[in-house]
Parts: sequence; C-alpha cells; structure tokens
Amino acid sequence: MSTEKKKKSGESWQMHIVKREMLSRPRAWGIRLAAIAIALVLCALLIYSITKLNPVKVYVSMFKGAFRGSLRTWNTIRDTMVLLCISLGLAPAFKMKFWNIGAEGQVLVGGIATAACMIYLGNQLPLPLLLVVMFVASCLAGAVWGLIPALFKAKWNTNETLFTLMMNYIAIQLTAYFVALWENPYGSNSVGLINPDTHGGWFPPLFGMDYLLNVILVLALTVGMYFYLRNSKQGYEIAVVGDSENTARYVGMNVKRIILRTMIISGAICGLAGCIAVAGTSHTISTEIGGGRGFTAIIVAWMSKFNAFGMIAYSFLLVFLEKGAMQIASDFGLNNETSEIMKGIILFVVLGSEFFLNYKISFRKISAKEEKNA
Amino acid sequence: MGQTSSAIELRNVTKTFGSVVANKNICLDIRYGEVLALLGENGSGKTTLMNMLSGIYYPDGGQIYYRGEPVDIRSPKDAHALRIGMIHQHFKLVDLFTAAENIRLGMPGSAGKNVAAQIKEICDRYGFEIDPDQKVYNMNVSQKQTLEIVKVLCHGADVLILDEPTAVLTLQETQKLFRVIKAMKEDGKAIVIITHKLNEVLEVSDRVSILRRGEYIGTVETKDATELSLTEMMVGQKVDLNIDRPLVEKKKPLLEIRDLTIRDDEGNVAIDGVNFYIRGGEMLGVAGIAGCGQKELCEAIAGLRPIESGMMVHGDEDISRMSPKEISARGISMSFIPEDRLGMGLAPSLSITDNVLLKSYKESERHSPFVDRKRGREEANVIIDELGVITPSTETPVRRLSGGNVQKVLLGREIKTNPNVIVTAYPVRGLDINSSYLIYKILNEQKMSGVGILFIGEDLDVMMALCDKIMVLFHGKVMGIVNAATATKEQLGLMMTGSLDLTQIKDTESKKTGIAQDSNIKEETV
Repeated sequence: MSTEKKKKSGESWQMHIVKREMLSRPRAWGIRLAAIAIALVLCALLIYSITKLNPVKVYVSMFKGAFRGSLRTWNTIRDTMVLLCISLGLAPAFKMKFWNIGAEGQVLVGGIATAACMIYLGNQLPLPLLLVVMFVASCLAGAVWGLIPALFKAKWNTNETLFTLMMNYIAIQLTAYFVALWENPYGSNSVGLINPDTHGGWFPPLFGMDYLLNVILVLALTVGMYFYLRNSKQGYEIAVVGDSENTARYVGMNVKRIILRTMIISGAICGLAGCIAVAGTSHTISTEIGGGRGFTAIIVAWMSKFNAFGMIAYSFLLVFLEKGAMQIASDFGLNNETSEIMKGIILFVVLGSEFFLNYKISFRKISAKEEKNA
Repeated sequence: MGQTSSAIELRNVTKTFGSVVANKNICLDIRYGEVLALLGENGSGKTTLMNMLSGIYYPDGGQIYYRGEPVDIRSPKDAHALRIGMIHQHFKLVDLFTAAENIRLGMPGSAGKNVAAQIKEICDRYGFEIDPDQKVYNMNVSQKQTLEIVKVLCHGADVLILDEPTAVLTLQETQKLFRVIKAMKEDGKAIVIITHKLNEVLEVSDRVSILRRGEYIGTVETKDATELSLTEMMVGQKVDLNIDRPLVEKKKPLLEIRDLTIRDDEGNVAIDGVNFYIRGGEMLGVAGIAGCGQKELCEAIAGLRPIESGMMVHGDEDISRMSPKEISARGISMSFIPEDRLGMGLAPSLSITDNVLLKSYKESERHSPFVDRKRGREEANVIIDELGVITPSTETPVRRLSGGNVQKVLLGREIKTNPNVIVTAYPVRGLDINSSYLIYKILNEQKMSGVGILFIGEDLDVMMALCDKIMVLFHGKVMGIVNAATATKEQLGLMMTGSLDLTQIKDTESKKTGIAQDSNIKEETV
C-alpha cells in the first residue's frame, strides 16, 4: 500500500488555472452555497481550536442574535433595509464605472437634512407633508454631495475615487458641527432623541409595525432600480458608458450629462438612506448613523453584480453576520475581534467563490521522462 | 554560406486553453542559416507556438529538441540560455531609456559594460542603423523594431523569432528589414518569421510551415510554392484572390473637404490644409504610415473631433460646424467604422441586441422611457442572417465573438442606418481571408448603391485592387491623389515616406489636387 502511494521519483504535478465556459445558473448558485458551507466549517474549526467552544452552539447563538424575538428580527430587517438602500444608490454609479465610495458622506448629509426638517418643522407641519419634505430634502442633500465630484470629473477629469472619499470627511465634520449646534441637553455632546414627545417627523408605525414604512420604501426602490437599470433608456446609457466611454461618445451620447445625471440619482438614493436612518431608525443624528454601511454597501453592490434583487440577499447576509457576531461576543465572552475574524472568513470565502465561477483549477502530471529533460 | 543543421525541432507540441485547442500536434524544424516562415490566419496559433519556444507558455504535450537534444523550456530564462530571441509584435522597450540602456537591461552586470561597442559591431555586421544614445520615445516604429532585433542579437541569440514584423512598416522599411534578415541568415542565424502576408513569405523565406486553426498542415519549400497554393493550405479551400472593383457611373461630389486642418489630442497639427472629395459610388483609399493623421481625419469627419479650420461640404452645405442633430436633420448620414472596433463603435460586454440598438435606441418610441429590445432582437436577427454572423444567440456579448463576426455586427448596424458616406479605418485588420473578402464585398455593394466610401487601409495591394482613387498622407499633408488602377506600389511607398510630393509637380493655377472641377462649392463662398 505504502509503496503505491509513494510518489515515483521525478514525478510532479502542475497546477493549471483555466477559464470556464458560461456556467448554468443552478450550478453557479450551487458553488455559492458550497462556499457558505465551507466558510461555516472553517469558522467552526477556528472557533473550536481557539476557544474549545461547541461550534454548533455558537452558530445557534448567532442565529438567535439576529432572530430571537420580534424586536431583534425587526432590527435585523430595519438594518438590512438601510444597507440595501445605500447599495441601490451605489449600483448605477458602479455600473457606469464611476467609483462612488462617498456613500457614507451622502448618507450623512441626507441625515443632516432630515434632522433639520424634524427639528425646525417637526411640530409645525402635518406628518404626511413633513415626510414628503424630508424625503425631498434628504434626496437633494445627497444629490448635491454626489454631484460635486461628478462635476469636477466631467469638467476637469479629476479622480472620483479620491474625491468622493474626501467628501466623506467633509460630511463627517459637517455632521459634528450640526451635532454641536443642536446639542440637547446642553453638555451631552449629542443631539438626543428629536421630538421625543410629539414624535414629529418620526416614521409612523403602519399596521402596528414600526419599521414597515422603511421596508415598503426600500423594496419599492429595489423594484424600481431593477427595471431602471435593466429596461430603461437611461439604464442602457449607463451600461454603455460603463462598458466603453469612447463608444458612448461615438454614438452621440452626451457622456458628461449621463455621468452627472447618474451621480444625482446615486447621491439622492444614498441621501434617502440617510433619511431612513435618522427618521425611520435612530430618531437622532450623529456622525455614527452611517456606521460604515456606505462602505459595506460597495461589497453588496459588487457581489450582486448590480442586480437589485440579488442585493436583498447580500445585504441580509451581511447584516445577519454583524448581528450574530455581536451576539456571540456577549454570549461567550469573546472579544469583538473573534467575531470580526469569522465575518472576515465568511466574506473571504463567499467572495472567493466568484473566482471559481469564472475559472477552474486542473492538475496534470508531468512524467518522469519529461522531468529528466529539464 | 550558412550551416543548415537543425537548431530547434518541435515534435507533436500541443497547447490548450480551457476547451480551446490553440496548438495541436505541431511539428516544426528550424534550421541554422535559413528563414522559416510560419504562415497562418489570425487565430491559427502561430504566436502561441512561438511563445512556447520563448518560455512564455509551457506546452501541454509533445517535445522540443535543441540541436537534437530534448529540452524543457520553462521560462524566458531557459529560452535565453538556448539562445532563442523573440521580437514581439508589441515592443517591449522602456520608453524613457536610450537604445543602449534598453539593451543593457537584462544583461548580467559585467556583460553590459561595453554595450556600445557591441551595438556598433552588430550594426556593422548586418547593416542596421541605430543611434545608441537615442531615447526610445523619440524613435519611430521601424527604429524601435531595429532596436528590438539588435537587442536580442546583443543578448547572444542565434535563433530569432519575429512576430508579424512587417505589420507596422512601410514598403521601404519592409525592404530594409528583409535585407537585414537575409544578412543574418547568411551569417548562420536561424530565423522564424510569423506572418499572414503571402508576398512576403515568397520573398524572404526558404521554407514555409502552415498552420490552420491550431493544426499543423505541412511544410513546403518556398521555391515550389505560389500565392494560390499557400492560400489553399492556409484556408483549407480554393479561394478566389481577386478583389472586384465594380465601376459605377460618376456622380456629383458627395462630400468635399476643403483646406481642412485638425489638431490631435496634444494640440499638434495632425491634418494640415487637406483638400479632397468623394463622389457617390466612389471608394477613396487613404494610405500613409501610422500616425500620419488618418485617425484624426476619420474622427473629424465622424464629428467626434472638433476641426480647426476649413470646410466639410455635403451637397452644397458646410456641415463642419453643425451638431450631429442638425446634420441628420438634413438627411445626411455618415457612418464611421473605427479600427478599434471593441474600443469604439461597440460595447464589448453588452449583447449583440444592445449593440445593434446603440444608434437607434433613442429614436424608437421617442417618448417611451424604455429600451425597445424586441425591435433590437429583430434587427439583430436580420443582421445575423444577412451577413452570416456566427453566434450562439442575439444575447451573446460581442466580445465573445470572433474578430470577423464582431466586424460584421458593426458593419451591419451601420449599413442599416442607410448612410450616404461610410468612413472605414482598417476594416479587415485582424480578420481571416474569408471574412476580409466578405467585408470587401459588402463595401462594394454599398458603393454600387451610391454610397461614398473613405477607406483607410494598410495593405497597398488590397487598396490598389479595391479603391477607385488613393490619397496618400504624410505628416498630415496630402502627397497626391492617384488613380488606383494605374498607381504602382513603389510610387505610393515613396509618397508615404514623403519622398515624392505629386502636388508640387502637378498642381497648377487651374487644377489643384483634391478639388473637383464640378465642385458644389461656389467660388464666392470660398
């Protein structure tokens, strides 16, 4: 037995990376599911080797973190919606190959605009009208924030990646300024709940569910974005500009106008996400309302390949991981890094599976004879 | 007197990429003191094969022998040790370095010391002309190529592989290259020249090995071969190599270009006071070495580049300063078929349907916010049927199609817009023979239906057979416009390098090159 297994001298294997033909849809999803399974096994090994905890228990705890009781379930749904909304905003920009990594800032300015409406108009306007004003204001704020880098890009061909990134820091400082301005109570260094008694500007509960309006808004947007990118003339233009700017110019598209228009849309949706985060979720404003989701949404948009419905699944996966990680940290006294490592492993494997959708690895033997010639 | 012993032998060499077989059981015999031509259409696996010799790819099967000994070439270093040197189609030079510095790169420390002396010795021996202190960015294509050859010689190569070396050269430069190739051959070097141009094979090689779709077809002595026999081996069937030039009754000038000046991206004058005209039913060829302003001329006519001064008159209206909308409102339709088809003209990741819709998506149901893909699919199907595009479906991304099919999609879409003028730049670049002839046929059909065609070409033989007139550009200036049927290659070659300026000889007060006698431009408007 052992002699058979032993490698013959001079025999070796060569690894090959080979491009795949188009994969059928079920097989592609099979690979993705396998990736999640592999990730769970890897995490289980890691958990056991470091903490000697039962991995199954840890996973149960993760699941409970996201879904135990209706409060947690709703929180998971609520956070998924904010992340999904930002991803929807990023999708048209990325599809156009405009690297908008300024969603965080666009969310913040949308949040500022919403908070301003709530503070100054919250107890004056009837709620439906106020909601409309808030939507418009947050969209406008986000649109302006997205439009500025686009204008510079169109006019002077500045690099939008750096520009949108820097705009985030301006938005953070601006938020800090308004937090100081609206500080309540004095000396708390925070705004506190806005209109805690009157609930002026808060998203109203629908059918007794606090966050149903968030869900309806974002899902409507999801359907809209799906058809906008897939079937509309504007979505078609975005695809052409993203694929080849020269070709777009060649057929007479006004590329600059398309870039500006798309960034207005992108910024506006991110601004609306800020509105949902402030008026529909936290009911206050701080520099933390983005919470890094503006960056996480980039992963969501890319993993789903800009398919709006795919984004639902990926937003949900990421929020689930986040909630679950927090839960195991408190249940088992693990520090935050452990759960971050798990999140990292799962994302790494899931993203890595995209490689195997396009390539396969094959091995071949090099015979002893060939080897000798070397 | 060179030795004719075997340098390198390939036995049943095979290479696959995924499910694509790039090379299948190829056998070659490369000998010292001999020029071997490797002939095959685009995509027949010539470059892949040579990349295996230079250590860039590793074969999946078969064996390579060096001077009769089996060898294993795993990296460019191994190839270097076997004195194999490759001159790639895309030069591998550092632009900011001088010739000598480029040659010194990749030489072990001490060996590079007296590189200037080495360069001089090699130049003297084979008749190269090269200035060791010239920076690469100041060199023209031919000089860069010379440098590449001198570089591999300095590195000690005695097997030289040249990948499509004449693709970028003018006729005169090609002649010069062939002279040094012959000198190297006399000196006992083994030379492989990869090409798909038959006349060059017949001129410079001793033997020809032919590949077709990755398979080895055979090797023949050049002296026993003819253009026709080689084509048959290359294509696998009898091919009629004659290009038709249908004669169309002369019509009034359709597009007249008067004193046109255009600047390139850097702001230099690319087209300098050019006059010419195209009649309906006429094909005007434009010849010139790379960078003589053809690109800018095409883009200006297509409305993609602003013009500095001059007129572009269609019928009796100057359209040079009109917006594309105003131009099309006058019923004028110009089609530009650019050379880089996937970079400009088509969106490579989008489907055939979406690419067919590019020009018309806005017009259909003007007020609908949605793209009419149903109509796009119908049009795509018409183009696929009429031009014989080979594709799995209308929803296949165009980048997955072969070069010829890509061109058919683009040409099909443009013809569907019923153009008055077609501007086409290198329309058969990268296409196989059958596709090329189909493209010529389509252009001729358009010409016969009264369309004026501006044909930017590179193969003088083709242009002399296909076009009615040929205009030669040199550094943005017209060197002359000649009748294609009576022009000679030597004359065109001299004009392309600026040595012959017919406008100086022929132009008089009453008759100027490029100005029609029955011009639509009334003198008072000039």
